[in-house]
Amino acid sequence: MIASAPTLPPVWPDRRLEFLHGARDTVPLLLGAAPFGLIFGALAAGSALGTSGALAMSALVFAGSAQFIALSLLGSGTSGLIVVFTTLVVNLRHVLYSASLQPQVARLPQRWRLLLAFWLTDETYAVVYHRYARDDGAPFKHWYTAGSGAIMYANWLGWTAAGVWLGQTSPALAHLGLEFALVATFVGIVVPLLRDAPSIAASLTAAAVALLARDLPYKLSLLVAALAGVLVGVWLDARAAARSPKPDRTENAR
Amino acid sequence: MSATLWAVIGGMAAVTFAIRYALFGLGSRLRFPPRVRQALRHVPVAVLTAIVAPMVLLPDGRHWDLSWRNPWLAGALASALLVLGTRRLLAAIAGGLAVYLLWRWGFGPA
Repeated sequence: MIASAPTLPPVWPDRRLEFLHGARDTVPLLLGAAPFGLIFGALAAGSALGTSGALAMSALVFAGSAQFIALSLLGSGTSGLIVVFTTLVVNLRHVLYSASLQPQVARLPQRWRLLLAFWLTDETYAVVYHRYARDDGAPFKHWYTAGSGAIMYANWLGWTAAGVWLGQTSPALAHLGLEFALVATFVGIVVPLLRDAPSIAASLTAAAVALLARDLPYKLSLLVAALAGVLVGVWLDARAAARSPKPDRTENAR
Repeated sequence: MSATLWAVIGGMAAVTFAIRYALFGLGSRLRFPPRVRQALRHVPVAVLTAIVAPMVLLPDGRHWDLSWRNPWLAGALASALLVLGTRRLLAAIAGGLAVYLLWRWGFGPA
């Protein structure tokens, strides 16, 4: 960030400036989200969801990975209840983000907490986390968060709409292989998180169980594998904690 | 679109918002015990791996493909190496996608 001119009383950015800075700092992450929005729109428009379902899901759910998984589950004829439950499990990681930001939003009015919760994504958390870490006493940091959330939301809707349009004009796009972007992103998120033995074991367990349980109905393999991975991670954490005299070394968020 | 699908979208929206809002709304009244926080730490790793592993190793959904010709496997390995080397998510996505498309073009779709 550009250093502000040295003035005697502290001059904090006003609401508009915080909002613009939040949006600006999120721009690099828009590029990462763009192919997903595009592919999601194209694939969803060609599925039973159609144009209205694709746009409604992006507008109301606003969670890229969960939307992709829901799309593939619905395509394989999974029951709605399982789709909703899988969404719950896949999005559970947002609890980490809201736990980390909670002290900063606790005193905001209700309407602000509703809005910022709705706009809470992996990307906005990653950007906003750094802003809150700068303890400069600025009074309008929630406008920064809103700026980041707003531009992510607009970006997601825009690319979903572009994908819907592309899917209708050139259905071949769906077979181009861009669905691999989801795998590339998830690999890119997970690999840096594999910093210690419990995390690596959690990942390997989840992979092995997902592969072995692949024939379970309703893609239950995903839920069983996630649960098995978490249990192994917790078990190894507990064993490591029991062996070392340090109390617990829980990490709050990535 | 059927009423069932609208209900699914509504349900997805409700649970997603509930997860994001729970801690903001309840304020400091809700505190996680350390064991729960430790479990949450492993959720992204476990969930995302469980999604990706079958896509990469069972490209058609049923049969193993552990050969070096498997574009899903080649692309995923490229993404992992790129993110380790550069620490940049965007490099992992773009590079992995490029390797994947190159493999598909070279060896045909798996």
